[in-house]
Amino acid sequence: MLDPKIQVRPLTPEEEARRRKRSVAIALALGAMVLLFFALTIAKLGPQVLSRPL
Amino acid sequence: MSMTSLTNAIPAESEAFAPAAGGDVRDYFALLKPRVMVLVIFTALVGMVVSHGHVSPVIAGISLLMIAVGAGASGCLNMWWDADIDAVMTRTAKRPIPDGRIRPDEALSFGLVLSVGSVLILGLAANWLAAGLLAFTIVFYAVIYSMWLKRATAQNIVIGGAAGALPPVIGQAVISGTVGIESLVLFAIIFIWTPPHFWALALVKAGEYAKAGIPMMPNVAGPASTRRQIVYYTLLLAPLSLAPVALGFGGLVYAVIALLGGLGMLAFSVQVLRNREGEAEKRAAMGMFAFSILYLFLLFAALLAEQGLGLFRPVLA
Repeated sequence: MLDPKIQVRPLTPEEEARRRKRSVAIALALGAMVLLFFALTIAKLGPQVLSRPL
Repeated sequence: MSMTSLTNAIPAESEAFAPAAGGDVRDYFALLKPRVMVLVIFTALVGMVVSHGHVSPVIAGISLLMIAVGAGASGCLNMWWDADIDAVMTRTAKRPIPDGRIRPDEALSFGLVLSVGSVLILGLAANWLAAGLLAFTIVFYAVIYSMWLKRATAQNIVIGGAAGALPPVIGQAVISGTVGIESLVLFAIIFIWTPPHFWALALVKAGEYAKAGIPMMPNVAGPASTRRQIVYYTLLLAPLSLAPVALGFGGLVYAVIALLGGLGMLAFSVQVLRNREGEAEKRAAMGMFAFSILYLFLLFAALLAEQGLGLFRPVLA
């Protein structure tokens, strides 16, 4: 938590742009992790894992 | 680490502060030391191709990626801890933390998340021996080397070199689930290569290291002793680099490169020993530094070409 004596200021347009780029990068990294875990599951268990009877 | 020397570490009471004003994506990538990551991928891949065993290419690729991310995470933690000394050395002053583009606490969180994540995913993807070795490498580099050895002893890069030498061992653990003689020999080659490589640079940058208070060998034992030790280590390295040939996993291409490269390293180390003053001293040291990078790259590239592209021709019957 920030010290209450420290004044918090709004972001400048340049800082806003940097934050947007960071958000996009985090979204891409999360998407890549989903794909990674999917590929890992298929590689470990084999393609038959997709055709199991429910 | 001295936080007060950093411009961005703690906002002064009088100055307005924007908590969400973090760095650019490129700055976070720079924290991972991407050039070191490339070297780690390369040496770990060679550790994989010289190993006995088989894993799916998907598992091997994910493992390689996690080894690289783990190495990047340890580089990030190193930059977090060393931000105070990076700020006083011209070579490192423009790194994201000392330059004020990323706050130290952000870098610490980034490094810790990537460290834990890479180890866990490597364990799930490959095996827990490989994951344990990666965890050991990260802790060894970030804690043993960065936080302790680097500022405590002139043997810092000798012992710390173990962290840089471990990726082939992790690579072999991924493929065969064990640690064999092949990766241990590769470990030994990188380990013995590290001191002459770094001390050649330290001879030229001795003033910078002294300014930052880092006890590198030229600052502690003196340039003359450092030059002699460079020759001793190179005398060890040249025959050691032929061990893969003797053990049968280095073929003809590797043998020729190791022999010529070893002679080249010896010639450069003698130049470093003989040229002790002025521009000639600097030229010899930087020549040794540059050639040592080429030498290690060619040794590992030869093994990769022989084992990975089928160019292996045995030297010994």
